[in-house]
Amino acid sequence: MQRIRTAPPRYWLVLLVVIFFLGFPTVISSFLASEWAQALILAIAIMGLNILVGYSGQLSLGHGAFMAMGAYISAILAHRYKMDYLATVPIAAVVTGVVGFLFGIPSLRLSPLYLALATFALAVVTPSLIKRPADLTGGVQGILIVQPDPPQLASDVFGAVTGTAMTSDQWIYYITLACALILFWLAWNLARRRPGRAMRAIRDGEVAAAASGVNVAGFKTLAFGISAFYAGTAGSLFALSTGFISADTFPVSLSIQLLVGAVVGGLASIPGPLLGAIFAYFLPIGSNQWVPSQTWLPDQITSTVKNAGPAVSYGVILILIMMFAPNGMVGLIRSGYATLDRRLRGAPDPKTGQMPPDPQTV
Amino acid sequence: MQEFLQLVVSGISTGAIFASLALALVLIYNAMGLVNFAQGEMAMFATFIAYTLVNAGMSFWIAFPVTMVLAFGGGILIQRVVIRPVERAPVLTLVIITLGLATLVNGVAGFLWGYVPRSFASPFSPDSVDLGGVFVSYRDLGVIAVSGLVLLAIYLLLQHTTVGLTLRAAAHHPEASRLLGVHVSWMLALGWGLASAVGAVSGMMVAPILLLEPNMMQTIIIYAFAAAVLGGIESPLGAVVGGLLVGVTVNLAGAYIPNAGDLQLAFGLGIIILVLILKPNGLFGRAATRRV
Repeated sequence: MQRIRTAPPRYWLVLLVVIFFLGFPTVISSFLASEWAQALILAIAIMGLNILVGYSGQLSLGHGAFMAMGAYISAILAHRYKMDYLATVPIAAVVTGVVGFLFGIPSLRLSPLYLALATFALAVVTPSLIKRPADLTGGVQGILIVQPDPPQLASDVFGAVTGTAMTSDQWIYYITLACALILFWLAWNLARRRPGRAMRAIRDGEVAAAASGVNVAGFKTLAFGISAFYAGTAGSLFALSTGFISADTFPVSLSIQLLVGAVVGGLASIPGPLLGAIFAYFLPIGSNQWVPSQTWLPDQITSTVKNAGPAVSYGVILILIMMFAPNGMVGLIRSGYATLDRRLRGAPDPKTGQMPPDPQTV
Repeated sequence: MQEFLQLVVSGISTGAIFASLALALVLIYNAMGLVNFAQGEMAMFATFIAYTLVNAGMSFWIAFPVTMVLAFGGGILIQRVVIRPVERAPVLTLVIITLGLATLVNGVAGFLWGYVPRSFASPFSPDSVDLGGVFVSYRDLGVIAVSGLVLLAIYLLLQHTTVGLTLRAAAHHPEASRLLGVHVSWMLALGWGLASAVGAVSGMMVAPILLLEPNMMQTIIIYAFAAAVLGGIESPLGAVVGGLLVGVTVNLAGAYIPNAGDLQLAFGLGIIILVLILKPNGLFGRAATRRV
């Protein structure tokens, strides 16, 4: 017990999660693997949003637009210029990152409220901006993306474990997982080192941060750039995983979904975006499968709930989390763990000084 | 020239709709320094109520004030239940909550009335009148007249009644007002109610032009944002002027720029971004000074 409690950031937990995600596709169907790949993609985008909102304190309601940009850069390069799709992912990420960085410069002048307003407008306008250059983006018809076959080596290893050949969906899952691992590792390093400290200082008090020698403008635009880099990667992978993108792939609700994931998981935390993404991705899917399976509900109610359900539940959850658990799931888990830990040690409550009941009874 | 004038008049008519919604945004901004992202959805919900009343056989001109009263009550209710517990929270929290509110109201409307677009009969005759060579439709004139009356009523209420005075006092100097015996919290609720009622007018005026469905206000709210930002987000007069300017600009751009169609909404975004970069306080806003 003592050793676990004093262990530094719980490496064993991270290891467990990585092993889980590595092994998961070997026991689920190829279709489910592609769903989980999309949840991981959402996690990458939400991590980007988390760096911007959670760490640097700038609110963007338009991250779907950056995802759209990454997706279209990759799709156009692969479709028109016949590039290898995987080679386009880093290009899309870097270009979107640079655009995000440039977008961050005028944003410096805006108050948080105006920034939220401008990015929200951007999210609403995105679909019609995509439709416009129709010969480049395919307009409403969209672009079809050829999903790559898994390479021989990966297919052989996968075949040796499961006994069936690897599908391209499963291959895409592993590509996504690799990207997610790298990007989460980078974010973790960013958060606990100088840039992360600087961003948090800016979030908590811009003037105080500047007085302590933090380059406020530099770190704020840097946060925007990094955040867009993540969103661009996610968008590019998203296009690969769905195999088709069009203007309507990136509605406002995508940006809202990202925000829901970031808030529900827990802002300014590293595991938060992963938890939030799994929640935000599977909540509508889960309710869409559960509600029609209830035979006692009349058909008409079923179909409306299917349409309106995600919006209602997202709305209620956003409001409740912001009111009662502003640190999201991670915050709840942490405070729950701290309480449990205190009880096990028999330490008094830090606020009231009240002693816990006899440890044996817990 | 004649075509130009006709476009200007119909632009003023759409601008009047934007102005009502922008004024609603300004009222809430003044009350608590917050942009209410749910304003459009609240207006949409109120319009659905009006639609239900009219369908139940009520005349439009009775349903109109009834809906405004209901929207007023709804606004107060939302403020009491959702906003009041987090009144002092950081802006980030408040914005996310209003966004959650927008999603929620949208979903509830979809749940109650479905997503199939419905036509909302216009209370005005479809004919046109000849004003010195310029043909103006009664619908445009009606929208301008109704919105103008509502805006005038709000102006009189804010500037020439005791309630308006306490409302403004509570918004600008909450502490001093509290010392003078003003119920600041209830005044904020009143601000939400008023905003909700004014917003409802924009919904009821725009529904006959667009089709009524839960996502109807999603584009209108962007124009209203543009109008509020252009006029200076704390100025009620600015919201009205901004609304009219945005309406006329968008209408003219839509007509004279070839194939503008989809891009009209992008003009809204363009206005927001240009104003924020060039003149962040808008036309009528005061320069914000901050003590550090």
